[in-house]
Amino acid sequence: MSTAFLYALVGTGLFALGLYALIVHAHLLRKILALNIMGSGVFMVLVALAKRTGDAPPDAVPHAMVITGIVVAVSATALALTLMLKLNAKSGHAELPDDRRE
Amino acid sequence: MTLLTWIFDSLLGLSLLWLAWRALACPNLFKAIVLFVAFGLLMALAWVRLAAPDVALAEAAIGAGLTGALLMAALAKLHPTEAHNDFAVPPEKNVTKVWSWQWLPAITILLVTTGLGYVVLSLPPYATGLSTEVAANLEISGASNPVTAVLLNFRGYDTLLEIVVLLLALLGVWSLNSADLDHKAAPGIVLDTLARLLTPIFILVAAYLLWVGAHAPGGAFQAGAVLGAAGVLLLLAGWRPRTGLMALPLRLVLVIGPAIFVIVAMLTLLIAGQMLEYPPTQAGALILILETAATVSIGVTLAALFLGGDPRKNNRNKNHT
Amino acid sequence: MNPNDYLSAALLITGAVFFLAGTLGLLRFPDVYTRLHALTKADNVGLGLMVVGLAVQAESWSVVGKLLLIWWLVLIAGASVAHLIASGALQRGIRMWKP
Repeated sequence: MSTAFLYALVGTGLFALGLYALIVHAHLLRKILALNIMGSGVFMVLVALAKRTGDAPPDAVPHAMVITGIVVAVSATALALTLMLKLNAKSGHAELPDDRRE
Repeated sequence: MTLLTWIFDSLLGLSLLWLAWRALACPNLFKAIVLFVAFGLLMALAWVRLAAPDVALAEAAIGAGLTGALLMAALAKLHPTEAHNDFAVPPEKNVTKVWSWQWLPAITILLVTTGLGYVVLSLPPYATGLSTEVAANLEISGASNPVTAVLLNFRGYDTLLEIVVLLLALLGVWSLNSADLDHKAAPGIVLDTLARLLTPIFILVAAYLLWVGAHAPGGAFQAGAVLGAAGVLLLLAGWRPRTGLMALPLRLVLVIGPAIFVIVAMLTLLIAGQMLEYPPTQAGALILILETAATVSIGVTLAALFLGGDPRKNNRNKNHT
Repeated sequence: MNPNDYLSAALLITGAVFFLAGTLGLLRFPDVYTRLHALTKADNVGLGLMVVGLAVQAESWSVVGKLLLIWWLVLIAGASVAHLIASGALQRGIRMWKP
């Protein structure tokens, strides 16, 4: 297996871990962490697949897209954290309600 | 691929997966954030292994550094009392819901991941993507670093929209919260000295990254992230900007990046008939102007995101009370 | 391999040994103060050795300057952060370990 596919598989694994944590955890900070790790997984697949050029320099277009993505991820994280703090100030907790009783 | 690099890559991949799992599963949120920062730094190492040094710089500065600072600040605001008593906040309640249906998402995600892995492995092992097109047009792009050429020339509209996204996120934060602008006493002479010593170096490094981005790894985002880091360090050391700077000057600095981008886009649309299509002879100069404006805006926006609220709202409230 | 390569290999490996010792201390030492001691001291020397090992291979003096700047930044940041963590731990009343 080449380097590109090894890292692409790690990327899918990260995406899966993040998706699972996003579903099962109730705390919003944990959900934000999970979203960030899902994003990292997607970035890793993109950059890993850009390296399938053999010995030639890798494709620069996915690299530029991932840099864009990293900046968008940090702005989304900042907004999500502010929303979480606001929810915590209004309702007193930062977890999603338990809906088992329904 | 030699055996040694294969072992290194596998170890790095396994460490990444393990750190991600621990960051998502460990019951202590403080620990989770520290693990997430470590994860980001190892990601930067992985980018270097994938021959993407530009991405590695962005990841180390933004993905690990600034995101970690944002998460830590949010956690401190979430548990203000506990954070002072101990290094660790108490374990979050109901980390994982005792959920009778927990196997359902696990199995679904396992299936999805198997499918994704199969798709990834079924892709052709050799593909040049757009690298030949990038290489063919690199000469007229105004930058010899292909990533900068893509970011600022071939896909300039992406970058324009991205800077707008950054500004929109700040507007969202500002409309939700107000920031505390009271001058804080420095938490100690060491942090104060460190901030004073490092800020000029950060500005120098940002200028260097901006300049070198034309032909080597670097560019507006990495430079902006370093500027943002300088801002975060100053804020942590208790420094607060003068309130007079908060109204118009701050806003002007925040929009100068997007504004110059839009002006250049309009001009190129009028002159060349195509948005952000630079004349090859002026491309280098145009990219430098765009990047300089973008760097300043990105850096200040990131620091303002860390401040976490509208600095002007606070003043208004204070005047009323 | 020419003599320069042997020199940098030796320096890099010695640096890695210092890093290993620092990490071992971080994992095995009993409290936050001793762990900080292990981490900052050993890793600063380890990084210094690695920087010198890489500087031997450098093509120009500007690369050497950048490498030294990186070392200096890590020294300053490491020392300050270690001080902040230790004084934070003292303020929170974390006791020092006694054998």
